[in-house]
This record gives sequence, structure tokens and C-alpha cells, in this order.
Amino acid sequence: MLCKQPNHMIWLFAGKISSIISAMKNDVVLEVEKLSVSFNENKVLENISFSLKMGEVLAIVGPNGAGKSVLFRALLGLIPHTGSISWTADIKIGYVPQKLGLEREMPLTVREFLSLKSSKNGQDILPVLESVGINIGPKNEHHLEHHILNRRLGFLSGGELQRILIAWALLGNPDVLLFDEPTAGIDIGGEGTIYNLLHKLQTSSKLTILLISHDLNIVYKYADTVICLNKSLVCFGEPHEVLDPKGLSDLYGGESKFYQHIHDH
Amino acid sequence: MAANLNSISIFMTINWLQIITGIFVGIASGYLGSFMILRRMALVGDALSHVALPGIALALLFNLNPFLGAFGTLFLGIISIWLIENKTELSTESLVGLFFTVSLAIGILITPDEELLEALFGDISQITLLDTTLAIVLSLMVILVMKLISKKFILGTISEDLAKSTGVNVGKINFVFLMLVAVIVALGIKAVGTLLMGALVIIPAIASKNITRNMNSYIFSSALFGLVSLVGGILISNYFSFAPGPIVVLVSAFIFLLSLIFVEKK
Repeated sequence: MLCKQPNHMIWLFAGKISSIISAMKNDVVLEVEKLSVSFNENKVLENISFSLKMGEVLAIVGPNGAGKSVLFRALLGLIPHTGSISWTADIKIGYVPQKLGLEREMPLTVREFLSLKSSKNGQDILPVLESVGINIGPKNEHHLEHHILNRRLGFLSGGELQRILIAWALLGNPDVLLFDEPTAGIDIGGEGTIYNLLHKLQTSSKLTILLISHDLNIVYKYADTVICLNKSLVCFGEPHEVLDPKGLSDLYGGESKFYQHIHDH
Repeated sequence: MAANLNSISIFMTINWLQIITGIFVGIASGYLGSFMILRRMALVGDALSHVALPGIALALLFNLNPFLGAFGTLFLGIISIWLIENKTELSTESLVGLFFTVSLAIGILITPDEELLEALFGDISQITLLDTTLAIVLSLMVILVMKLISKKFILGTISEDLAKSTGVNVGKINFVFLMLVAVIVALGIKAVGTLLMGALVIIPAIASKNITRNMNSYIFSSALFGLVSLVGGILISNYFSFAPGPIVVLVSAFIFLLSLIFVEKK
């Protein structure tokens, strides 16, 4: 695995420039400077700097164990770190975790799960379900009650759970959505729709989206900017600029078949 | 005849104190137990109850209310487990295992022989008005506090990250929860003893889990089963002059057996 490549500094530099430019535009919602995270003296993230603009879709890619989820947890303020993470004041963040630590039989329905965050006595639940593509009209009442709201969370399929988790994140009208894509569990069909959904949300609700993705096709299709992460920042820029064979082999250690794969489609 | 009536009325009075205590402690144990099972804390709760034994022994030695002694050592036990857990990489489960056996060892050594059986298996027959009042107040307090933190607690159970990302102080909630567990275990010990207290928090909850599919009814029927187990156990044991502790456990086990009928096929 390659952590640092000669072009690493260049990308870092490019990241800096772009952050300075966007700061000038005054629509930066997140500014990360020299972020490092260690677990028991083991560096998991090292010297990460990047910025995120309002309305942007920023994808984070990298091999397993590259620190993608750790970066999210640091951005959410869940783990100790060095360096600075500055969000715009009063920004609301919705977080979609990769998975829940939930046993299948847990007696918790979708309605009850959403009520844990819902502030308006459940009044805001239907609108968020609608925005994740669940039909809520009177014709769909039976389906909505029996197959969604009253179903137990542990009994949802991977794709359904993702939808509900996004709905959860949307409660309280966040400005930014942090979406940690699950490595497994979602079928291709479902996956397509989840990203269509995110795309729709980004355009309709003017959401800024940070997403961790394992699928470079998705990144090409939906992301404005991409961060290649492997403990340190390997690249930062627009997908078609940075995800070339060189960039990918830097990131995944010579496995440029990803690139081939993308162009087969 | 008059003496007979007198003894019946005394019997009735004692009985009512037992029943009222049983109602409140039963509901509170079942209620709190449902949350312990959500957290997969079945064995932790069971083992933790043994930590109360040396406290009961000390209270007996110094002529204090056994509840205070039980709560005292439970409190110390929980704090120590929490501290060691943060200092080492050991799991809560293994630390509880350590504390449970050590406490049992110390407890058996220092508990006076004639009191040992009562401490281990409970004895509600000598319950006083003060005990009952204490049980009512503390049970209500446990239920109220748990109700207040329940949303945050459930969220923390599903995903700590998700809870923290919405501003829940997971560490604080967990600590409050453990304190509630200490209170309820110390309360229940009077009725079922340190060895059997685990049953009073575990069995109603797992029986309830078998038959319910949403959180509200799960918590409600767990509290209900706690009540039925404890009150039913006390009534039956009074009638047949058995020790109440084992009967309470058997009543809850019977409820669990019944719940198996309704468990849905996997």
C-alpha cells in the first residue's frame, strides 16, 4: 500500500488553493486543516486538509482501512483529533452511518426509530419519508403503515434500511449530509436508487453531501469533488482529473482494474 | 377466637405491605430489565446483583438498613468496573465476572450464618412500613428517570455514533442507567435475594421480547410480567409457606414458557 506518493504534496497544494478560492467565495461550509487522528499511538489519519463548499457533493474513496469512516467520525466530533475542523456556525449535520449495532429481533419499529429524533411529536416523519421516495398518499396508507412504519428496523432489507437511515438524517432539516456507504448488503438495483435519491436531495433540498463510497462509478457520476484517502490525503480534486490510472494506482496500490471497470460501462 | 382474628389481621397487614412492595418493585424491575436486555446486559445484571452481598453483610453487622448496604457496594462495584474498564482493555462482562465472584466470596465470609440464607434468597416476610415506603419512592424514581433518558438510551444502544451525532452524552446516560440498575437490584434483593435478583430483571424482559414487536408494548409487558411474577410469587409462597424468592423466579419462568407459544417462527 502506498501512503505517500511524490504527487501527494501537489494534491495537497491543489487542495489548499481550492480551499482558499472557495473561502474567498465565502460559501465554504467546512474547512479541515492538518487533521490527524491516532488510536493508541497508531496514526489512522495524518495531516488531512480540505474544504467543502455549500451544495457540493464530495466523495471520499480509498482502500479498506484507509480511515474513511474515521474521518467521518472526526468530522462529527465523535473522536479526539489534532488539527482543526471548522464547520460554518449553526450548521446542521445529518449523519447516515454505515450500519447499526442492532440485533434483528430488537422490538423497535421504523416509526419508533424515527420518533427517537423527531421533535414535533412525529409530525415531521411523513415529510422525510416522502423525501426519501416512500409514497405517503392516502392510497398508500396500508403499505405505509404495515410495511414501513410498523415494521421492525431489523427486518428491513439493506436498501430499505439505508432509505430509513437517510430519512432519519433528514429529520430536523440538515444543511449537510454525511453518508457512509455500506460495503455490503445493498443489491445493485437498490444502490442505484439510493444514489439517485441522494442526487435528487442535493438538487431539491440544496443539501451539501459528503459521501464515503466504494463504487467509483458512483463517484464519477455524482461527485463534484473527490478525496482519495489512505491514511493521508492522496488526492483531492474533480473525479475525472484525479481518478486517472495513475491516481488510482497511487491509491489502491496498482489495482488499476477499477479504472478499466469504469470504462467498460 | 379473638386471638385467632388478631393473628389473621396481623397476617393481612404484613401481606399487604408485601403485595404493595411487590407491585412497585415488580413493575420497576420489569421496566428497567427491558432496557438491560436491549443492551444485552442480561448476565451483567445477574452477576452485578451478587456484588450487593457484602454490602448486606456489612449493613447487618452495623445494624443499618440492608438496602443501604446493598446499594453502597453496588455503587462502589459499578464505579470500580467503570474505572478499570477505562484503564484496561478488559470487557465489562469479564470485569463483572471478577467482581461477582470476589463479592460472593467476601459476602459469604462476613455474612452471619443465620442471615446468609435470607441475603442469598431474600425474605420479604419481615418487611416494615419503612421498607415499603422506600420501595415505592425508589421504584417510582427509577421509572421516572428511566422514562426521561429512554429515548437517548435506546438510540445509544442502536448506534453510539448516531446518538453522539445528535448531541447525546452517551457516557452520562450509561452512568445514570447503571445507577438505576444498582437501585433496582438493591430493592429487589429484599424480595428475592442476591442470587435470584437477576431473574427478576431478565426473565420478564425476555418473555416480553418473545411476544412483542414494538418498543412500547415490549417495555409495557416486561413491566407487567415483572409485576405478575413478583406479586404472584409472593402470594403463592405465602399460601404454601415457601420462601418467596424461588417461587417468584418460577412464576416468571412459567410466564416465559407461555411466551414461547407466541414466539414467531424464524
